[in-house]
Amino acid sequence: MTTEQSVLERIERARLRKARVKEERVTLAHGAGGKATQTLVEDVFVDAFRNPHLEAMTDGATLTLNGTRTVFTTDTFVVSPLFFPGGDIGDLAVNGTVNDLAVCGARPMYLSAGFVLEEGFPVADLRRIAASMSAAAAAAGVAVVTGDTKVVERGKADGCYVNTAGIGVLERDVTLGAAAVRAGDAVLVSGPIGEHGVTIMLARGELDIEADLASDTAPLHEPVAALLDAVPGGVRVLRDATRGGVATVLNEIAQAVRLGVVLDEAAIPVAPVVNGACELLGIDPLYVACEGRFVAVVDGEHADAALAALRGHPLGQGAAIVGHVADEPAGTVLLKTSFGGTRIVDMLVGDPLPRIC
Amino acid sequence: MRFVDEYRDADQARALAAQITALCEPGRRYQFMEVCGGHTHTIYKHGLEDHLPEAVTLVHGPGCPVCVIPMGRVDDAIAIARHPDVIMTSFGDMMRVPGGAGSFFDAKAEGADIRMVYSPLDALKIARRNPDRRVVFMAIGFETTAPSTAMTVLRAAAEGIENFSVFCNHVTILPAIKAILDSPDLRLDGFLGPGHVSTVIGCRPYEFIPGRYGKPLVCAGFEPLDILQSVHMLLRQLADGRAEVENQYTRVVPWDGNQRALEAIGEVMELRPYFEWRGLGFISQSALRVRDAYAVHDAERVFDVPGVRVADPKACQCGEVLKGVIKPWECKVFGTACTPETPIGTCMVSSEGACAAYYNYGRFTRDRVKEATRA
Amino acid sequence: MCLGIPGEIVELSADRDDLAMVEVAGVRRAVNTGLLGPGEVRPGDWVLVHVGFAMSKIDEAEAAATLELLRGLGSAYTDELEALASSDIT
Repeated sequence: MTTEQSVLERIERARLRKARVKEERVTLAHGAGGKATQTLVEDVFVDAFRNPHLEAMTDGATLTLNGTRTVFTTDTFVVSPLFFPGGDIGDLAVNGTVNDLAVCGARPMYLSAGFVLEEGFPVADLRRIAASMSAAAAAAGVAVVTGDTKVVERGKADGCYVNTAGIGVLERDVTLGAAAVRAGDAVLVSGPIGEHGVTIMLARGELDIEADLASDTAPLHEPVAALLDAVPGGVRVLRDATRGGVATVLNEIAQAVRLGVVLDEAAIPVAPVVNGACELLGIDPLYVACEGRFVAVVDGEHADAALAALRGHPLGQGAAIVGHVADEPAGTVLLKTSFGGTRIVDMLVGDPLPRIC
Repeated sequence: MRFVDEYRDADQARALAAQITALCEPGRRYQFMEVCGGHTHTIYKHGLEDHLPEAVTLVHGPGCPVCVIPMGRVDDAIAIARHPDVIMTSFGDMMRVPGGAGSFFDAKAEGADIRMVYSPLDALKIARRNPDRRVVFMAIGFETTAPSTAMTVLRAAAEGIENFSVFCNHVTILPAIKAILDSPDLRLDGFLGPGHVSTVIGCRPYEFIPGRYGKPLVCAGFEPLDILQSVHMLLRQLADGRAEVENQYTRVVPWDGNQRALEAIGEVMELRPYFEWRGLGFISQSALRVRDAYAVHDAERVFDVPGVRVADPKACQCGEVLKGVIKPWECKVFGTACTPETPIGTCMVSSEGACAAYYNYGRFTRDRVKEATRA
Repeated sequence: MCLGIPGEIVELSADRDDLAMVEVAGVRRAVNTGLLGPGEVRPGDWVLVHVGFAMSKIDEAEAAATLELLRGLGSAYTDELEALASSDIT
């Protein structure tokens, strides 16, 4: 064995070690959805709340209540600015929870909404947020049935934070989860990636960059249903590619099953304007958040049928087969670059930061 | 994207790779250093090494402005940022770089007002909008970035924006290259020159490299075909028995550089007698500071900076990595104690740092990668 | 070490002679052109953008020449392959 190989094996062992939060204080990286978030969640929360439902670490918990298979999930929304091209924190809060339910295979049914408001926040803005939540709920076929409101002193919050929780029912006899993933499976994305994250980055105005770009926020339960109906039994796992982007979701899957995911860069759909912004800012679209896109791992034999089903829905028109699952390299996402080379796509450490070098 | 996509063509790469292989003398090994971290990034991002024959190795050089900032300077910047009336502004690159006691991100979590900017002009804009605050720009970078800082200082001076200053950490690339050339364990056959630095300084300043050290240098662009072509040009020189400065990046780099940019630097900044480089130690005449005439815009004079030197962590071998003496994976702490989320050395922090690039993009041996991608 | 991206000048500022709007694949940003000579760039020209400054004007003739050279190297290789394929060494 060469020295380099033994070093690489030492690194793999280090990578597999149980995650520990080393910082004394929470930093923004802990909220970015990448490796730091994963470490914080595993070390602090999973450790404290330990139970089989939680330990599955899926987008929602599947619970059997009175004989009914139910999915329960929650998500909290902090976004700046609150209003951005293509949406606002309101539809984000509804779609986000609807999508967490959808990718667990459930039909989303009821949501709760909790608001943390900063003293001085304009009521007109709150009405606008409520109206878009209402419209998003109607579009997703869910009802907001309970809620809560808290107001904190000026300066203690950034205008408005929204938490939503949701329940849905599993009407199909499917069990989705990374555990079902096999070598030879196909990896799909439901549409062009990175539009939401880049939109938000530009909407903050700090970068003084303009582009005709809107958030991709959308409810995904219909394209998910179309996919599950088209290839019953062929869908292994679905994940919505929010914080941390497609790269993070695929890394989580690869690590969970100790298989490799091999992506084909040329096949990954990215809008030219997203690509342009990413080149200018030196960030990688694979790590940029989407709010209306999901990753699907399906039986390789059904890949074409799955793709056709997705493309048949308006929200899946830009779907593509972007890669496959392989035995090697275990626990790792590998990218075949358009240039004809390969590279590793690791988990992100913090938020993707604009860089100059 | 024009001037980008056409230099990323896989078929051209394969053709060029064959030419590169054909130029290699049987049995000979070649080591070329890409001086610039931007090249390191391109090499890993596109998986460029997969196109190179075994005989050609690329060694990652010191041209990463973030990687070479000594820990003490980060601590100084944080000390400035902790003043309650200060808004510290920085490129995203610096945010995670650890000093002796944490990074900008850590200081921000503890209450310092630290903001990311895309351009020094954006920092000036923040100063204009916040006349009751002192706005400091954490200036980093080589000769490519220094003119932008200089132009911003000139603008601040012209507009009389006295609440704006820069914490100047600009460094110059030639002394670092010279330090590497003088290193006794040098085993390099040539250099890929830093294309974007050269838009400012031109190609002439590199002439001492073939002249005094007999090593060829090709000033290279940043798309993957640019780099492959530059490797080809280096090999061609060696095959012909030449050692010259050549310019591959002619679409962007004028042979004589950018006179206006050099004048802007010269007006606002002067060489420091010496400056510490992380891992490389003190190098004389290798960095820039703000001239007396612009003292009001010099954070080092506006604020009392501690200026305490912090020794590099013992286990860290960034210096040897920066000099190309060892490969990232040969460092004792690489990938175990030192990872992108808990970096010990700066080479692991910046995404263009040799270690982070290798950890994120390169970590697997070619054979395993070939096996995995065959399907 | 320095991220530089080619962008097209789409508009010169009406009130400042060192400011231009630059577009990169549909993404726009105002860029300072003070490091280039006065009147050196016009709409339709391409520049290399670094930290909000135009660092140099892209020389289209040189860009074309580089691509031509790359293609030449490529075709030399293809010719060789063809020669190899057509050669009979049995």
